[in-house]
Amino acid sequence: MSLFSPLFFLTMLPLVAALFIMVGARAQFVARWTSLLMLGLTLALVFQYRVAEGGFQFISRFQVADELGISLSFGADGLSLAMLLLAAVITMSAVWVIPPIKSRENLFYACVLLISAGVVGAFSSIDVLFFYAFHEVALIPTFLLIGIWGSGDRQAAAWKATIYLGLGSFVLLIGIIGLYLAIPSERTFDLLRIQELAQAGTLNPPHWVYWTLLIGFGTLISLFPFHSWAPQAYASAPAPAAMLHAGVLKKFGLYGMLRLITPIFPESIGNTRIPLFGFEIRYLDIFLILIVGNLLYIGLVTIAQKRLDWMLGYSSVMHMGYIFLGIAGLNQLSLSGASILMIAHGLSIAALFALCGALRERTGTVEFSELGGLARPMPRLGLLFGFATMAAVGLPGFANFPGELMVFFGAFGATNHVPHGGFDAIQIVTIIAVWGVVISAVYMLRAYRSLFFGTLPERWNGLSDLAPVPRYAVILLIFVLLVIGFHPQLVLSYVTPAILLP
Amino acid sequence: MAPQTASWIILFLPIFMAAGILFFGQRSKFVSSGLAIAGAGIACVLSWMLFIQGADLVVSTNWINLGRLDSPVPFTIPIGLSIDALSRPMLVIVTTIATLVFIYSTGYMAHEEGYCRYFAGLALFLFSMLGIVLANNFVMMFIFWELVGVSSYILIGHYYSRDSAGDAAKQAFIVNRIGDFGFMLGILVFWGVTGTVLFSELPGRLDAFHGASGWLAVACVLVFCGTVGKSAQFPLHVWLPNSMEGPTPVSSLLHAATMVAAGVYLLARIFPILQHSPDALTVIGWIGAITCFGAGLIGLQQNDIKRILAYSTISQLGYMVLGIGSAPVSGVAMFHLFTHASFKCLLFLCSGSVILGMHHEQDIWKMGGLKNKMPITFLMMTIGGLALMGCPGFSGGFSKDLIIEFAYTKGPGWFWLAAGGVFLTALYTTRMLWVTFLGAPRSDHAKEARESPAVMVIPLILLAIPSALAGWPFIQKHFFPIEEPVGVPGWVGFLIPGIFAAGVALAILIYRGAPQKDPVLIPFFANRLYLDDLYAQIVRFVQDGTAKASSWTDRWIIDGVGVNFSAKATWACGFALRFLQIGNIQAYAFFFGAGVIALLYVLISK
Repeated sequence: MSLFSPLFFLTMLPLVAALFIMVGARAQFVARWTSLLMLGLTLALVFQYRVAEGGFQFISRFQVADELGISLSFGADGLSLAMLLLAAVITMSAVWVIPPIKSRENLFYACVLLISAGVVGAFSSIDVLFFYAFHEVALIPTFLLIGIWGSGDRQAAAWKATIYLGLGSFVLLIGIIGLYLAIPSERTFDLLRIQELAQAGTLNPPHWVYWTLLIGFGTLISLFPFHSWAPQAYASAPAPAAMLHAGVLKKFGLYGMLRLITPIFPESIGNTRIPLFGFEIRYLDIFLILIVGNLLYIGLVTIAQKRLDWMLGYSSVMHMGYIFLGIAGLNQLSLSGASILMIAHGLSIAALFALCGALRERTGTVEFSELGGLARPMPRLGLLFGFATMAAVGLPGFANFPGELMVFFGAFGATNHVPHGGFDAIQIVTIIAVWGVVISAVYMLRAYRSLFFGTLPERWNGLSDLAPVPRYAVILLIFVLLVIGFHPQLVLSYVTPAILLP
Repeated sequence: MAPQTASWIILFLPIFMAAGILFFGQRSKFVSSGLAIAGAGIACVLSWMLFIQGADLVVSTNWINLGRLDSPVPFTIPIGLSIDALSRPMLVIVTTIATLVFIYSTGYMAHEEGYCRYFAGLALFLFSMLGIVLANNFVMMFIFWELVGVSSYILIGHYYSRDSAGDAAKQAFIVNRIGDFGFMLGILVFWGVTGTVLFSELPGRLDAFHGASGWLAVACVLVFCGTVGKSAQFPLHVWLPNSMEGPTPVSSLLHAATMVAAGVYLLARIFPILQHSPDALTVIGWIGAITCFGAGLIGLQQNDIKRILAYSTISQLGYMVLGIGSAPVSGVAMFHLFTHASFKCLLFLCSGSVILGMHHEQDIWKMGGLKNKMPITFLMMTIGGLALMGCPGFSGGFSKDLIIEFAYTKGPGWFWLAAGGVFLTALYTTRMLWVTFLGAPRSDHAKEARESPAVMVIPLILLAIPSALAGWPFIQKHFFPIEEPVGVPGWVGFLIPGIFAAGVALAILIYRGAPQKDPVLIPFFANRLYLDDLYAQIVRFVQDGTAKASSWTDRWIIDGVGVNFSAKATWACGFALRFLQIGNIQAYAFFFGAGVIALLYVLISK
């Protein structure tokens, strides 16, 4: 079979550009045009995709090891395309906000493009092994970016992220292998085949596979309590790395859950009861407790942060709670909401990290106590930060709102106990999640208040406002957030048909 | 123009204007204010047109639609506009007052910075409020509800370099969000039980509660939480007085026709549902009664002219909410909303005129003797004050009496709180007028004050007309249908004007002459019943305390012991030590390699 799917070219584009840059091409020029080309190509694919037909399209398969069922295969359905578009938009923005790099500029740009190549490859792979491998490809340059160009205690941050994500991936790999071994009388890593078997009910993977996949993906997404790598890594990562990781790479785990957990494991697995401290609790309840950790506990931790970069890092951990809740809801509505939220969170956190980076570049500090009144010297940065803040708190008009709304409705409607006998566990967690909206308003608005309102310290009088190029790079993110926020059906018409239920 | 088109234009014109101001307003002040006023003005004309046509209408389109899929939870959320007997007069009130305030703002803000931002904020505010008025379902209501919150955030924080403005804006947004928490849960319960969020379908589907009226009451009270936040009812009223940090025309808009009125409008909108839950109405009535009395107490001892008006707003909103809780039709509360919108807008714009004349001095104890310096403002503010106090013959008198009489039919507690509120209102309003305009000037600014320009004075005169007359039946009957309470004894009708007169007389007795400072000092009232301090302590100790504790746990237990300690323990075993020396990537490569080996092992063994 052929290798030549447009998706193959889309994956190769940043990879080849990165190689060119490594061997000495003009880094900024090549990277910027590559990102533009990627966005154009992705948009072309989105429009080429036949929505009415649905399913995976642009499929290509290249046998690597036939007897083992491994092949380098590409294909995309509505959900993959949405994620690819997210990746392209954020790559574009991340490449264009890169400030002048003092040392090893070419390596920096190459790393950024390599992350992009990894995520694009992962989202367009329909072979589970390559899906996994592309993610690994994206992780290595992330560590390099943190370790070489990071701020603060960058070595420690890079080291911790390496160990942590490495272990997480390892657990994930065990899970994937477990899934592979569970396939009866066949050897295949083909996602379509696995999903087909699972939907037909002929695939019954053992319970430990569920847990390794959940914890493996969970670690990569910073599921409580496997989250502590995230704030530190994001705080010291340079802005483009934080944008790409928090914005896109982290969504790999969520995307993986939507591909490998929700369609494959029967709904009954969540209701399996195990004894714990004398109670009989369900698997689902354990997941829900961890979600509460993400929403409530991490939410409170976020409030206590004294620096913008740490706060944003923790806030991105907290917001994963909503998406997990959508996944736990296990219905079309909540999963569609989770998908929209993946995109929305990626765009809004990328915008915030970009602006945080611009701020750090100017002031050298992101301590709340040292900043204030910055809207006066930097009205444009202030305005854009305001937009991103409002997106992050889930204001209607931004994509985050329909996502959260659908997650709340979907999770609340996952069971129907009202008014017969009080709330179900998932409904109680939904209530906590709704309260999470208040928590995120508290920390985001406090941050905005202490950065941009109030009196301007003398020494920040002469700060320059955001330059046009990074400004438009952030405006691009905000623009997409607004488009989806006003018209979520655009995304839903692609994503919802691609969502498979157990 | 077809009414369908008109209603879409009314809703979306202001947001287009806001976007236009954002893009083009930087260039000139004229463009900013021109676009905003044009948006409001056209919406106003179209609203009057719809009002006069008087036709009911629903236009709707799906915003989110998962219905066509084979989904276990069929889900559509429409964006629908309903033009009906409730929304038509409300549209007229909102757009008319907005237009007047926008025009007035061109005078008030003429020399202020951030002119373009200000008008963009006003246009966004109008858009959000119109969305609430037109919404035909809960979710759309919630969407615009939140947008009202953010518009107020922008406008209250207009003078962003002042710390107090930043804090006030943040507080307004967060307190409203706390109310919205309840609102959202209420929507979820209604949807979870009945499967619809449409206002028109809900009353018919309440059977789904299976007579479990407890749940219905819970859902209603949860939705009411939204009102408590937005309409500044006790105990979430604290943001409203602080919102006075915004420019005065904003306060006027906020307090008259937009933000705070939204809460009452929501209750009126869901009144057909509330009627099925007497328990919920009891809760609502009590909150209203407590608010109208409590805010009056605090208002007695405020010295900032805008804060006095702010507490009067809270108190009057309390009456409206009480009206919802006690009357059999929502028109009673809406009638007071209507009269209040005109006289409170008038009062705020008058206070703005005073403040501008006083060079941004807001302390009434620095004013005095302004009667001769600003005669028109004085006259208009007196008309507004009389309407606020519920003087017989003025608009507020009609609507407030009606609510108090309905409160009487529901029990003595509500009645006496409401009647006590009349006394307090008369007392603090007379105090404010007397100290500001009569007696001798108490500062140089007061000696030099001058009347404001025509662009500001003309809206005052235009607003004074409805403030005086809007309560008379010949006007009222066109707006909201009301009923007369039955079984109210005749003495009630005499008692209320008597209480009003007693309040005025007591105020004159205390503040006659020209005292240099307040002869009466009641710290408990002046310090706002210490509620603000209580909340500050709760935030500081409960919220920030648990936040700090969680942060500590995260850093030292989860990350410290759980991650770093285990990592160190692993290194102690020796085998990982080498990676430390070699570096990160090699360590990573090890894990990857180990994975591949494991993979190969199982692949081969299968």
